[in-house]
Amino acid sequence: MWFLIPGAVIYLVLFIFPTIASLFFSLTRWTLFDAQFIGLDNYTQFFSERFLVQGLYNTVFYAFFTSGTKVVLGMLLALWLTGRVFGQGYLRAVIFFPVLVSTIGVGITFKVLMDPFDGLINGSLTVFGVEGPLWLADPDTALLSIALVDLWKGVGIATVIYIAGLSAIPQEYNEAATVDGASGFRRFKEITFPLLMPATSTVIILSLIGGLRSFDLIWAMTKGGPGFASDVMASMIFKQYQAGFYGLSTAGNVVLFVLVAVIIYPLSRYLNKKTVEL
Amino acid sequence: MLFRNSKRRVLVLAAGLAAAALVLAGCATGDASSDGSSTGNGSDGSGESEITEPVDLSWLVDNGEATVVMANALVDAFKEIEPNITITIETREGGAPGDNLVKTRLATGEMNDLLLYNTGSLFQAINPSETLVPITNESFAGAINESFEPTVTAGGDVFGVPIGTAMGGGILYNKKVYADLGLTVPVTWDEFMANNAAIKAAGIDPVIQTYGETWTSQLFVLGDYHNVEAAEPGFWERYTNNEAKYADTPAAARGFEYLQQLHELGYYNRDYTTATFNDGLVQLANGTGAHYPMLSFAIASVQELVPDAVNDIGFFAQPGPSADTNGLTVWTSAGLYISATSPNIDAAKKFLAFVATPEACDVQTAAIGATGPYFIVGCELPDDLVPVVTDMLPYFERAGGTTPALEFLSPIKGPALEQITVAVGTGQYTAAEGAQIYDEDVVKQAQQLGLPGW
Repeated sequence: MWFLIPGAVIYLVLFIFPTIASLFFSLTRWTLFDAQFIGLDNYTQFFSERFLVQGLYNTVFYAFFTSGTKVVLGMLLALWLTGRVFGQGYLRAVIFFPVLVSTIGVGITFKVLMDPFDGLINGSLTVFGVEGPLWLADPDTALLSIALVDLWKGVGIATVIYIAGLSAIPQEYNEAATVDGASGFRRFKEITFPLLMPATSTVIILSLIGGLRSFDLIWAMTKGGPGFASDVMASMIFKQYQAGFYGLSTAGNVVLFVLVAVIIYPLSRYLNKKTVEL
Repeated sequence: MLFRNSKRRVLVLAAGLAAAALVLAGCATGDASSDGSSTGNGSDGSGESEITEPVDLSWLVDNGEATVVMANALVDAFKEIEPNITITIETREGGAPGDNLVKTRLATGEMNDLLLYNTGSLFQAINPSETLVPITNESFAGAINESFEPTVTAGGDVFGVPIGTAMGGGILYNKKVYADLGLTVPVTWDEFMANNAAIKAAGIDPVIQTYGETWTSQLFVLGDYHNVEAAEPGFWERYTNNEAKYADTPAAARGFEYLQQLHELGYYNRDYTTATFNDGLVQLANGTGAHYPMLSFAIASVQELVPDAVNDIGFFAQPGPSADTNGLTVWTSAGLYISATSPNIDAAKKFLAFVATPEACDVQTAAIGATGPYFIVGCELPDDLVPVVTDMLPYFERAGGTTPALEFLSPIKGPALEQITVAVGTGQYTAAEGAQIYDEDVVKQAQQLGLPGW
């Protein structure tokens, strides 16, 4: 057992200890210099934040929207790219490329591209006589605009996972079904889709966790604005931290941790059960 | 064999990482405990002793264009007086990320020797009694203007020397537009709105807003404090004691109402949701916009961006309901502080002593021009002042013509004000909702500071 010790020490020092410490500090008014125990006041404060409901809604919307579209688009792209396509290798590389770029870089670039007045996107739309939306500047479209960029950046991972899943399906099933006269759609519905279940559950879990915790792209593009329109849990917590409300923001992090666990744990069990049943 | 070997290497690496983590943890606690003792010893040293050995100091300043130019000029001038002391400038981001960096560095004992930072409520939030070196008993502290001292005082001790000039928070306006349309400087809000209507009719944006940088959105609320104080004398004290609120004090809520009113009339520039501070200044300088609610220091940036337009831009205090009480809301300048963890406190004090002289004011004036009166006794303003400054000086010369901004009278300033003013200015919330939300935001700040009665 001795060989577990180094790993266990790292795990204890860098994970377990901070986790327990943050549970403690979430119960205090903490100035970084000293901490005063105030019971559950931080949690009361956090749950009475006026923007909590909107922040929660935004978080869940963002996570499920990006996750759902990544599943659908990733699967479609994978089906397309495993078929006979001209320039297959090139197209696969192009779709995966955004994954490799820094999120902050992507955020800043798209913020410039999406500028409603002198950005490239609306500039191009003007050429066709279309007046583009205000994108990030409009409270109603800000979060959706970020989600679209997230999709552009993250769909490559989903595609790669699906390509791997598709290549693992033995050709014999499809050939046998073809001989029995099954249509293309029928073959997809009865063979490909069920056998892709492990890939689907991986994509859902990964993108949902990523979406719930999402912060960097949102911060780079709108900082939660305009006003509070694109605030998610993580950006609310970060702003509280920046304002010096260390105890309050730690309590927010504990809440976010519980939220992610409550959504992901049952979902992951359900998806795993489905995968095993096949 | 190969497998065993690589496994062992992984173990060694893991053990090394664990050791590194422990060392890191050890370092942090070691620093924290040494902080306390060095504060005590350091303050005994006086600023009068000779510096004979070469000393390197590091100075953290914000990355504003004018700030950096001014800081470099001060450092160069100081080098000639004290050749043994070398000061290296490090810049940081402004706004909330910058505040965060400053707080974190102070808390972890990583702060530079010298720090340029805000006075007033932001200064109170960095726990000065524990993180900074008091200068109350230094001879140069006598050169600090009395009106500045309270904004850098905590727990009975003075901590900072003023750098830069007083600023006015009000309305920058394009004088050419005013001349072309035959308008006069307004002293009431109604007159201001009448001017706006004429400007709009002439096809010019009456009011510039720049929500691409959210801090710029706060001026209508913060710059209105002279008018709040005129209507509700002592508001700041009741506000600090949790006895007065923005939402139920009509005079205080007016700042939010202005934002809503101007939004509903469509008086803002077309790109107001995305424009930046610099965009706003350029629009004002080019005359596509007529008014920009801003701090007077912005004229230094105009000097950099559109030098030819500096004399086209004037300034007036934010008008209120009555012409009789018209006056200016004033921001004090930034403070220069010494970190309690600096190993070279004596050398750092030499620099503070230099900054507290009229010579240092002249260095600043030569570098970026004077944008208002200085807070160092004996400093004088040059004759060739830009219009923004000459427009501002009469308020200072008139009894009751100025009031400090609320953040210099009360330690409480809610951190979300800039998001709230953007939300009101873009029509997401009404003025009443905005004032209400701000009152809620302020509660957190007051509790964090541990103020009585919250």
